[in-house]
Amino acid sequence: MNLSNIKKEFPIFNNKNLVYLDSANSSQKPQSVIDRINDFYSNEFSNVGRSVHALSIAATNNYENTRVSVQKYINAKNKDEIVFTKGATEAINLVASTFGQKYLKEGDEILLTELEHHSNYVPWHYLRNLKGVKIEFAEVNDDGEVSVESIEKKITSKTKIIALTHLSNVTGTIVPIKEIVEIAKKKNIPVLVDGCQSAPHIKIDVKDLDCDFYAISGHKVYGPTGVGILYAKKKWLQNLPPYIGGGGMISEVKKDKVTYAPLPEKYEAGTMATAEVVAFNESIKFMQSIGIKNIIKHENELTNYALENMKKINSVNIVGNPKNKAGVISFTIKGVHPHDISTIVDEEGVAIRAGHHCCQILHERLNLSATARVSFGIYNTKEDIDILCKAIENCRKVFELK
Amino acid sequence: MDLKQLYQDIILEHGKSPRNFGRCKKYTHEAKGYNPLCGDKVQIFLNLNEEKKVENLTFEGSGCAISMASTSIMTELVKGKSLEVVKKIVFDFLDMIKNTQEIKSEELDEDQKTIIMSLSGVKQYPMRVKCATLAWHTLNSAMSKKKEEVNTEAID
Repeated sequence: MNLSNIKKEFPIFNNKNLVYLDSANSSQKPQSVIDRINDFYSNEFSNVGRSVHALSIAATNNYENTRVSVQKYINAKNKDEIVFTKGATEAINLVASTFGQKYLKEGDEILLTELEHHSNYVPWHYLRNLKGVKIEFAEVNDDGEVSVESIEKKITSKTKIIALTHLSNVTGTIVPIKEIVEIAKKKNIPVLVDGCQSAPHIKIDVKDLDCDFYAISGHKVYGPTGVGILYAKKKWLQNLPPYIGGGGMISEVKKDKVTYAPLPEKYEAGTMATAEVVAFNESIKFMQSIGIKNIIKHENELTNYALENMKKINSVNIVGNPKNKAGVISFTIKGVHPHDISTIVDEEGVAIRAGHHCCQILHERLNLSATARVSFGIYNTKEDIDILCKAIENCRKVFELK
Repeated sequence: MDLKQLYQDIILEHGKSPRNFGRCKKYTHEAKGYNPLCGDKVQIFLNLNEEKKVENLTFEGSGCAISMASTSIMTELVKGKSLEVVKKIVFDFLDMIKNTQEIKSEELDEDQKTIIMSLSGVKQYPMRVKCATLAWHTLNSAMSKKKEEVNTEAID
């Protein structure tokens, strides 16, 4: 697929002067994904896994095909290790809740990092009250990096699980997961990776990383909302208790006892986001048709180009300076609040995010109340960045800064 | 939409040099406000004298130009006025931002009305309305001596 024409695959960019730089929040959708939802509802819809009629069997096959695609895409050993959830948030909640229920007791420690999104902190916070566990935070340095040493420093004999992001949604830091998992393995500590930001931008190989859990959000990978992926090693899904109870996740139901369905249905209660899961297969195909190497190359070029040009603008301060970084850049402008920056650049059709990006802990650590953030997708171009930089210049004009 | 409608000179000026900033030495009422969406924070310190008139009104906090200017303008407009009048002005301001096109209050003179109307530009920017109203809700809370922090996400 030719990257220079990639914008044409996304109908939202037709006839619109839209410079979309908010893909870390959610990505736009290619036509193939949108069409698949329409086709599925128009011609193929049925609930999955419950009925024996032909329509249901075909729908179930489509649904399961996505599972196999995801398995291959992230190089999981077994398709039963792929659980569909409504998002990465639910995936992390699933692990925190079931792991906490079964394995945690008062005084145990959960190790997170200061980079974490609220969705990889709040589910663990619940366990403070429920179980009396302690939460520790591995520190980030001033460049916004989490080192293997900073993790090692916080591991104690009471650390029962490590949960951390693969790629920061604020600084773009890529965290050395493989090395961290190696250390954790030696101490027999399972590792959950929040892969929301990494999934659309870097290669994911869960066998190579050897992590225990990996959470992905479909809508950030050019897919529909309402689909998330939890990858978990089979032993965990077998040993952890079920999460949400209801139809589809049971084996036998009696007045005095309930047994549960085999994997992965044990974790997929109720009617799932069927059409969205089916359409998510198209997102994976889309990613594969470009190739992760090409995605990385393109987005690295954009990031470097953006950093170079944004740094040229007086008064722009880039937040963090990690050596290993992907396409997320947060910044501030002296004298202009991030919300004002966002409103002003929006007038030029430039969509960016402003605020704490669900990372209050990191903002506090960096002594910032809010930042403005640009984040790239495969459809962005150098021209987008030129328009962004011009729009940023306009902030200084509106605020009459020198 | 015209950015100059939103960022009028008077707003930029108040945003850069907010009036009545800081914690006043003596105050009878205080309240905190918070906008969880953007992290804007404000704390209001109100000193009512025995006649229930606003002797002093100051604030601390951080936020965007709109929220800082709105708070600054508010502190200037209500000083010296009675509690009842202040309540009316706050009601009128919130009503103007949400519903009507103008300030109905007879408690403000024409110059003051011009100043307060400089904030009406936010009506074109729905996501920014809360930036302009946070301090006013917080003042309401201080006047009624509510204990809870004002949270913009919990207000209609």
